[in-house]
Amino acid sequence: MMPDVQEFLQIDAPALLAAVLACAACALVGNFLVLRRQGMMGDAVSHAILPGIVGGFLVAGTRETLPMMLGALAAAALAGLLIEAVRRLGRLESGAAMGVVFTVMFAAGVVMIEQASAGGIDLDADCVLYGQLETILWLAPTGWASLADPAVWAALPREVLTLAAVFALCVALVGLFYKELKITTFDPALASTLGIPAGLFHYGVVLLVAATAIAAFEAVGSILVIAMLIAPPAAARLLTDRLAAQILLSVALGVLAALVGYGAAAFGPMLLGASHSLNAAGMIAVASGLILALAVLFGPRHGLLGRRRAVGRLRAAPGFVAPEAQKP
Amino acid sequence: MIDPMFEEALRILTFQSGFNSAVVVAGTAALGLAGGTVGTFLLLRRRALVSDALSHATLPGIAVAFLVGAALGLPERSLPLLLAGAVASGVVGLLTVQALSRFTRLTEDSAIGAVLSVFFGLGVVLLSVIQNLELGGQAGLKTFILGQTAAMAQGEAIAIGLLAAGAALAVALLFKELRVLAFDPGFAAVQGWPVGALDLALMGLATLVTVIGLQTVGLILVVALLIIPPAAARFWTDRLPALTLIAAVIGALSGWLGATLSALLPKLPAGAVIVLVAGGFFLLSFLFAPARGLVAAALRQGRLRLTFAERRALTDLLDGRPAESSVALWLRLRGYIQDGALTAAGQTAARAAARDRRLWERFLADYPALLPAHANWGVDPIDSVLPGDMVRLLEERSAPS
Amino acid sequence: MQYLWRTPGSRTAPEEASPIGPPPLEIRGLTVAYHRRPVLWNVDYAAPPGGLIAVVGPNGAGKSTLIKACLGLVPSVSGSVEVFGRPIAKQRRLIGYVPQRESVDWDFPVSALDVVAMGRYGKIGWFRPVTRAHKEAALHALERVGMADFAKRQIGQLSGGQQQRVFLARALAQEAQLYFMDEPFAGVDAATERAVLQVLRDLDAAGRTVICVHHDLQTVSDYFDHALLLNTRVVAQGPVARVMTPDLLSRTYGGRPMPAPAALGAFGAEAS
Repeated sequence: MMPDVQEFLQIDAPALLAAVLACAACALVGNFLVLRRQGMMGDAVSHAILPGIVGGFLVAGTRETLPMMLGALAAAALAGLLIEAVRRLGRLESGAAMGVVFTVMFAAGVVMIEQASAGGIDLDADCVLYGQLETILWLAPTGWASLADPAVWAALPREVLTLAAVFALCVALVGLFYKELKITTFDPALASTLGIPAGLFHYGVVLLVAATAIAAFEAVGSILVIAMLIAPPAAARLLTDRLAAQILLSVALGVLAALVGYGAAAFGPMLLGASHSLNAAGMIAVASGLILALAVLFGPRHGLLGRRRAVGRLRAAPGFVAPEAQKP
Repeated sequence: MIDPMFEEALRILTFQSGFNSAVVVAGTAALGLAGGTVGTFLLLRRRALVSDALSHATLPGIAVAFLVGAALGLPERSLPLLLAGAVASGVVGLLTVQALSRFTRLTEDSAIGAVLSVFFGLGVVLLSVIQNLELGGQAGLKTFILGQTAAMAQGEAIAIGLLAAGAALAVALLFKELRVLAFDPGFAAVQGWPVGALDLALMGLATLVTVIGLQTVGLILVVALLIIPPAAARFWTDRLPALTLIAAVIGALSGWLGATLSALLPKLPAGAVIVLVAGGFFLLSFLFAPARGLVAAALRQGRLRLTFAERRALTDLLDGRPAESSVALWLRLRGYIQDGALTAAGQTAARAAARDRRLWERFLADYPALLPAHANWGVDPIDSVLPGDMVRLLEERSAPS
Repeated sequence: MQYLWRTPGSRTAPEEASPIGPPPLEIRGLTVAYHRRPVLWNVDYAAPPGGLIAVVGPNGAGKSTLIKACLGLVPSVSGSVEVFGRPIAKQRRLIGYVPQRESVDWDFPVSALDVVAMGRYGKIGWFRPVTRAHKEAALHALERVGMADFAKRQIGQLSGGQQQRVFLARALAQEAQLYFMDEPFAGVDAATERAVLQVLRDLDAAGRTVICVHHDLQTVSDYFDHALLLNTRVVAQGPVARVMTPDLLSRTYGGRPMPAPAALGAFGAEAS
């Protein structure tokens, strides 16, 4: 049983669009987290925004997106500053600094949610974790033909438009500051001596990750955000040795994970004869994990199996001395 | 309104509010104690966030165990089965992190992030399967995510307390071995210590604390029990036994106060309350601990800068060079200069500063190998750091001939 | 648009720099302390214009810290550092830096040419891409260290010596007046040692000043004109012939302890 066109366009297409945009944006900025050895910053930030979201909601008193987003951005900035303060001034390793800051902020958010719901307001920690991909609807299109009508496109759901804007922002910023991002990531000390503010770029990356996470969490939830920030760039890292190629590849892999994961969640059970769909955000995270696993195993130069083959070739070659370790 | 609540709080804190609440509070305090002791060594091994991957990775195991229980026709959710599932998938997640960071070029932070999100995603998918199957008892699964002490049965609380106490005891017994492991694993390996087995034991203890903490604190925040108490304790001391002890106390206090608070405010998730209490201890330590706290460090650094600036300005003035305006203001306030010239007190201080500098210079030139033993050389007045004989010797040698 | 905090005047400074102008580097009363323990203590130094200067001293003497403090990478407790008569923040374009090889992640996905081109970023400025002219300058710098054939190689696939030469080429691409190098000869092969030396001599011939942390006492006199003997404080400074004497060296390395008074026994033991 396949869904009809209208149902697909109204229910699946917007969810798919949201997932693809969220994954692409996260994968793009995630490259810089992975290269800066700050993979856990995504985890920290996406947890730490919770009190900001609830705070924005409590202050504005509505479920409007803007105050929640502003609150979340403020919370992310605060988290970034606190982590840096605890790490530097407290002389704790960055993992511990993140662990302290994000758990406390998330806990504060959870308590604030309970207080808010005591006041008769409906807000749920679950939706922050898992997202609500399934509730994004695009009621305008009635069939393939209706897609020619601009009014139909104008009626795209807000979540999709927000994600498109954030993706565009990420592309623009990474494009504009590509070489500065490259040098501050590779050699922050040299960047400082050249007058490029490496510290500012650290916070810039954190804020960009936060903006992406905030735009994405509503649709796909914070867990998928973390998966998408790390798994596609990590997979791309194993497949190429050039930064530009890695970035493009990671975005492509993120989109692939979104398509495969959503497809498996929405249509997989139907193919097996079950009537319900599975959690799409979770399935996309699983798909990205599978992609990473494939890259780990079969990557041409850095994959485990590929490496074994290369070592085998080397051993067979004349004048072999010893295989050079890939990892220092 | 406040008074009866305060009395109730006192009763719970002193274990007089019925056996059940006393057991829950004591069990949670034991959990905090275990988290603090085990976490100390995770922190020193720089493995703090590995336990975050571990705790998130328990979700698919819990879901699978639930499905298995349902398939076997067990009437209700069976806690031992669920926790066994949690341990199994948590360990798989842990091993995946280690394999990724050891055998690929990925760094540990990426490995942790990938494992925790992908495993949690899988868990969420499995939860949605369970939801679709409309099995009974599935509501209880959600408590594993954010934690709940109210739902804890007496037997469970006792078991948690005993296991946690066991974990803390294990750390106490292995203290010497873990110290070597945390300080210099390479050296330990060369000396023939079973480093691999010790690391495994440490991660095993972390797994134990995580899994027994799932119910109380929830899998998202349980990592806080392992990280926050030792991180807070780090500000109070540089000695390992004291560090472990302080972390244990902060952890136990957090559990004790947190469980009490959440008993008073049953609507709040217990995990969040416990973590906030621990966070409060961290904040106090971070700011005000005398050894490494922020205020103390800032004061020390400020005094150091001021001391150097003052000495430099005084010796400059003694040599007839004017002092910088910012320092001049400070010197005026101290009564060392008046109308741009040194006062009598200023003369004395300037000569002392010049002498200090001269003697320290001599010390540096003659005994460079002795420097490491004198942390405050060159900063404090020489008479207060070095013995009198030594100072007299330096005086003789540095006297202008 | 150039990078921030650079005054328009500094563009003309190198041309103005003459033997009677301000010295390339002037350090006054520099003290750096980690917590309460001084690492550098009241360092005063003025580098002569032009020439190759070796910073020599035992491990833990603060050699790397001196360079980092000069570059503003570590905070100082007191003192000032001026480059051609101005604070370093205003003279960034006149400075080149070769950090220790271990300071970066060699697994990073960039080619040797990319890394060398980073030396040009200060000249390129915000928003502008790395143009062909800059790439050619980078390639030329790679040629000068004999690494042109490896331009497209990912940096992790280079040997240690080749990586060191890439770092050196990057410094050349910076086209600076004053270079700080942190142990460029450390752990390199003979070919790299020759290449590094050739680059140093070229820079010297072009009138640049190079300040080099150097660990090999045997070669100081052959490779360098001036030396700065450092052990937390400046022990001696000047032309190598005058400074690299057994007496001054043993003072720097603490190899000739003064006879200790009786009272010292206690903390002599403490120190060991």
